[in-house]
Amino acid sequence: MSTAIKETQKMIEEVLEAYPEKARKDRAKHLAANDPSGQCSTCQVKSNIKSRPGVMTVRGCAYAGAKGVVWGPVKDQITVSHGPIGCGQYSWWARRNYYNGQTGIDTFGTMHITTDFQEKDIVYGGDKGLDAALHELKELFPLAKGIGILSECPVGLIGDDIEAVSKKVAKEFGIPIVPVRCEGFRGVSQSLGHHIANDTIRDYVLGKGKLEKTTPYDVALIGDYNIGGDAWASRKMLEEMGLRVIAQWTGDASVNELGIATKAKLNLVHCYRSMNYICRHMEEEYGIPWVEFNFFGPTKIYQSLRKIASYFDNTIKENAEKMIEKYKPVMDAVVEQYKPRLEGKKVMLYVGGLRPRHTVGAYEDLGMEVVASGYEFGHNDDYKRTYPEMKEGAVIMDDATLYELEEFTRRLRPDMVGSGIKEKYSYHKMGVPFRQMHSWDYSGPYHGFDGFPVFARDMDMTVNSPTWDLIRRKR
Amino acid sequence: MKLLKIRDHNELFQEQEYCEQFERKREFEDPWPAEKVNEVAEWTKTEEYKELNFKRQNIKINPAKACQPLGAIFCASGFEGTMPFVQGAQGCVAYFRSHLNRHFKEPFAAISTSMTEDAAVFGGLNNMLEGLENAYTLYHPKMLAVSTTCMAEVIGDDLNAYIRTAREKGVIPKDLPVPFAHTPSFVGSYINGYDNMMKGILSTITAGKKGEPNGKINIIPGFDTYTGDYHEIKRMLKIMGVDFTLLSDVSDIFDSPNTGEYKLYPGGTPLVDAADSINAKATVALQKYSTLKTMDYIKKEWNQQTLVLPPIGVKNTDAFFDGVSKITGKPIPKEIEDERGRAVDAMIDSHPYVHGKRFALVGDPDMLLGLISFLMEMGGVPVHIVCTMGDKKFEEDAYNLLSESPFGAEGKVYIGKDMWHLRSLMFTEPVDFLVGNSYAKFLWRDAGTPLIRIGFPLFDRHHLHRYPSIGYQGVINLVNWVVNTVLDEMDRKTINTTSFDVIR
Repeated sequence: MSTAIKETQKMIEEVLEAYPEKARKDRAKHLAANDPSGQCSTCQVKSNIKSRPGVMTVRGCAYAGAKGVVWGPVKDQITVSHGPIGCGQYSWWARRNYYNGQTGIDTFGTMHITTDFQEKDIVYGGDKGLDAALHELKELFPLAKGIGILSECPVGLIGDDIEAVSKKVAKEFGIPIVPVRCEGFRGVSQSLGHHIANDTIRDYVLGKGKLEKTTPYDVALIGDYNIGGDAWASRKMLEEMGLRVIAQWTGDASVNELGIATKAKLNLVHCYRSMNYICRHMEEEYGIPWVEFNFFGPTKIYQSLRKIASYFDNTIKENAEKMIEKYKPVMDAVVEQYKPRLEGKKVMLYVGGLRPRHTVGAYEDLGMEVVASGYEFGHNDDYKRTYPEMKEGAVIMDDATLYELEEFTRRLRPDMVGSGIKEKYSYHKMGVPFRQMHSWDYSGPYHGFDGFPVFARDMDMTVNSPTWDLIRRKR
Repeated sequence: MKLLKIRDHNELFQEQEYCEQFERKREFEDPWPAEKVNEVAEWTKTEEYKELNFKRQNIKINPAKACQPLGAIFCASGFEGTMPFVQGAQGCVAYFRSHLNRHFKEPFAAISTSMTEDAAVFGGLNNMLEGLENAYTLYHPKMLAVSTTCMAEVIGDDLNAYIRTAREKGVIPKDLPVPFAHTPSFVGSYINGYDNMMKGILSTITAGKKGEPNGKINIIPGFDTYTGDYHEIKRMLKIMGVDFTLLSDVSDIFDSPNTGEYKLYPGGTPLVDAADSINAKATVALQKYSTLKTMDYIKKEWNQQTLVLPPIGVKNTDAFFDGVSKITGKPIPKEIEDERGRAVDAMIDSHPYVHGKRFALVGDPDMLLGLISFLMEMGGVPVHIVCTMGDKKFEEDAYNLLSESPFGAEGKVYIGKDMWHLRSLMFTEPVDFLVGNSYAKFLWRDAGTPLIRIGFPLFDRHHLHRYPSIGYQGVINLVNWVVNTVLDEMDRKTINTTSFDVIR
């Protein structure tokens, strides 16, 4: 075992000392020193396990995964937060899944629509109210292409039958009414919500869309939620390659696009965590292959363009090469401008989905090093994909707590941290440059050739803002 | 070296290349024809649509309301060394924290007991026990204030018994205060959660502390999301020489100085002071609807004088100082009188731009009552008053207030209604200005009515919450927010006309 690994392990042990015994034993399984070779047996973290009560996990719930991530961005469907008022309020337009359309008329993405459960609904059940609510929505929003019912905790606990209501109403309306059993107490994190949402796409809309013709170049862009326009930046590149993007899942998605993805020749998967399920299904049922790619930062973009092109004929392969040739000088100029300002800076990441591994290359393009990375709701397959991306001895964290993040920051002294809104302001107080890497801190896009310059600019302004120097620290 | 021009989403997606891409994408969207979309869009602006909209009983669309536990943890956080502790599913706490982070741009710590399916079946006792032990060991609180999510409420977790068990088993020290409040999300809203938690904390922490009168007064701010208000109330009472205890003082929690150090517990009401609040002369609440149960408890159980004196606007602030002066025997100092004079002077200077302007308002009950009062004092006309969290009592209070001034004659109060109802009203009975939180910007977009951001949450503008809304200083801020929005709009509308004046 290398010194780097041993040193990190020692640091982790020190951090864990503060925990009561049971929690310490549990948390020890979720923190490790990275071994890119995958040889070291103690360097693998456990994941997708219940959070310990009381430790201040950063995680959310199944509803957050199903509503916030997968279904919420589908623009022409009405998403009903079914249950009490809060869940829909707190997740209202928080993820910036951009879309085109006229909100409230033919699209509904930035709206918060809820059955606002009252005590009587808990006592007598909410099915009747839901049925009536769906009818009211249909009257007020005649152009809705579907309605999703995203259930909150009480719905599952009181035993409502939202599937029966959905079935009945779908027949009346002739549009998909999708019951999504994503109650927040199910599973251990957002992750189960993704899976449940994937299953409902499969059961209620997949294969049911209209597409007049197909071509050999049809692809679906899967697991891109168009945060700050990411999917649009990615789509632009795929189109330039000569591919025809017939479906965008689910950033700026329409119900129809969810229906026609089965006609794609290849599924291109960006966020593997949230949408691998449906890709596997399409592979088994429809024989559609899928490929993971990474559009963060030029190095990974070039690799990904070639990887994607390898599934197609020479025209596409040539196009990919032409694109690389065309954009390389642009990317080089970005690197030339920002690398001198960022070279050698250390980054700590604690995010979700694909970012803890996918953004590593983009940081490296700018000369930065990711010294710690972790997932809120990753699984074993995410970590397996992460180990090789990280340096030996880097910290790998699963379901980190506020306490751990603070302690690792103290010890690793990163030059910047990329995490979420709950972490952001404690880092500001600590005087550690910070960037929200869930929402791009209201910036973006970060994907593709159009996204990387924005990414580079943002990391530079984070690390090199003169405001950090104004803090008068206690000596 | 010439610096690169970086284009982010604000510019990028307006470019020709992207516009063409969006057009191409429509092929796969199965979109409605543009004429159909426009037809429906126009229809949503009609009287007919409004009637349909107001008929709905079973669905809320863009409500200005959130759930009880948010108010509970907000309240709890304002006590010294107190960790808000939420029994229930973990996603809720992630949401509460994010919501408060986004408004205040400050860190906010709170604990969840991360209940999952097994807790749904067996109850949440084990989660509570382990949660208390972990939270206590890891985060060293002086008090753990327990509230609940709907999950714990639906399965019927018995907080009192659970906390007793925790003490018996020794997972937390016997003397650690662990107040609790049941805060089901399907009853009331965050104003009730605040109230329930406040009552829970006060009843726990003052138990057995009844003793000699301490001569102080207690101030309960209520669910007030303006950090400036906490600084302001302290400043005002200090000038007046009043000895007081602020229950719960969240000012340091949501407005802590940057010293390069993250403090988990940056301030709050000292627990000894909170415990001694039972011996105060009187308790003054600065909000009515978020303190109903607490004030009732204080009146009945503590036998204390209770006053509700929300100081928003001139007359309300006058009443506040009169009330405080009466109970403390302290005269209103000249400094305060001067501040009043300045506030009134500001209102007089700006009145021509507000007089007769018609307003739509959406927000929390206490803030709305304050704003109605203030606007009428300026000669403004409140027209649509939407209060999703409002009840019959609020409706009555609001109408009584409106009836006190000729400027209130047009005012109509909509309780339990939401911003989609308000959207209809803004098309069928247009107004000049809109007052509401950040989500009201969608109404500004749809109806073109300029938005004055006052309320909660304020996500899309920075630092507004740092300025007081209460007291005479608050009046000056309200004048500033209102009149300068009016003037900005006037500039926008006259930019290419001769009326584009420099002096106003």
